[in-house]
Amino acid sequence: MVVRIRGAAKAFGPVTVFEGIDLDVHQSEVVVLIGPSGAGKSTLLRCVNGLERLDAGTIDISGERLSYQQGPLNRIRRNVGMVFQSFNLFPHMSVLGNVMCAPVKVAGRPRDEARQEARQLLDKVGLADKCDSFPSSLSGGQRQRVAIARALAMRPQLMLFDEPTSALDPELVGEVLEVMRALATEGMTMIVVTHEMQFARKVADRVVLVADGGIVEQGSPQAVLDEPATPRARAFLNAVLER
Amino acid sequence: MQWLSDFIDTAPVFLDALWLTLQLALWSIVLAAVLGAVLAYCRLSRLGPVRALAAGYVSLIRGTPLVTQLFIIYFGLASIVTIEAFWAGVIGLSVHNAAYVAEIYRSGIQSVPTGQVEAGRSLGMSSWKTMRLVIAPQALRTVLPSLGNQFIIAVKDTSVAAFITVAELFRTAQIVAAEKFRPLEFYVIVGIYYLVIVLLLSGGVRMLERRMGRYGV
Repeated sequence: MVVRIRGAAKAFGPVTVFEGIDLDVHQSEVVVLIGPSGAGKSTLLRCVNGLERLDAGTIDISGERLSYQQGPLNRIRRNVGMVFQSFNLFPHMSVLGNVMCAPVKVAGRPRDEARQEARQLLDKVGLADKCDSFPSSLSGGQRQRVAIARALAMRPQLMLFDEPTSALDPELVGEVLEVMRALATEGMTMIVVTHEMQFARKVADRVVLVADGGIVEQGSPQAVLDEPATPRARAFLNAVLER
Repeated sequence: MQWLSDFIDTAPVFLDALWLTLQLALWSIVLAAVLGAVLAYCRLSRLGPVRALAAGYVSLIRGTPLVTQLFIIYFGLASIVTIEAFWAGVIGLSVHNAAYVAEIYRSGIQSVPTGQVEAGRSLGMSSWKTMRLVIAPQALRTVLPSLGNQFIIAVKDTSVAAFITVAELFRTAQIVAAEKFRPLEFYVIVGIYYLVIVLLLSGGVRMLERRMGRYGV
């Protein structure tokens, strides 16, 4: 099992975001978190690599308990790639520099090896010709693909996607989802927060609906999206799918 | 062409003084840049007392005149330790400029979006590596104009060292003007020396800005 979450709870001040969340993610599984805005999907995702602290509960990643001590936390983070809604590429580094930076400076890999691997990754996300460009000259879709390559460069066991297409123009969403789909096909373990229901339907092994501070429903995409069992799930899906 | 001959006649004396001014400026800028970084780091520390200490330093230094600070270090401390005038000047100017530089660094660091920190941390970088590889380069680029401005002030402020007997440009001008009884000429001439240094420095800063600006955000 790659991720094991037990009794996770999080509050911002007096506001409870979620509590009592249990969630397992298995090797090569693609888990898509859906749910209304503010339901805590992103917060839950950010707890998995310690960007947010749980107030209660535990998270184990590949059998290692997530702690907030710098050393162990940084070690776990090397194995957990994260892709952000707003890309967060390093604007002062070239595309190649963005992808190479962590492998060289964090993992301590030889520069030549890291460069070669970075080129391969950029080729994989269809940006081999952009190695020497700077992020500011790229489109949103291209930036997000670089961000995916940057996360993959650390050879993570698990990839977290936090609404990776929400900041993109509609016509650029497809190219990013395509890269993610390819990654899923290769067997990458992924947790994806998204509002793209088509992606959830086609790529997810399991869809998890988070609402009202907890997991309302989970199961295969067909089960959750087509035959939701709870009124809460039906209400959410009606609102989303009728758009 | 009285002015021109004044300028040429006194050039050897002024060039010696210029050299001293440059040394004073260089030392105090380099030390202020380093001390300012430490102070900025303290001001953004998670530890309350460390933050308070750094904030106290900044208000104390910014709240008192440079000339007072130099007098305290050179004349005031003379009863405890004797510091050579030049080094008293270097210390005073560094301590003084560091307070301003620290504030400039701090504003630069705070101008970098949190998403950048999160991206660094999510890749497994320690907070120090995130600072060094991700935050500092972006912050530095943002604050380069303000930093350049502060260094220009630092160059001109070396003239205050004249009052603790350092024979830099301004003190030399005072001496020469008094010897020749022509204050207008020699104070204008010394002004020109400062102007040339400042123009060169600001040209250098502009060049640096252009080079660092190539990734254009």
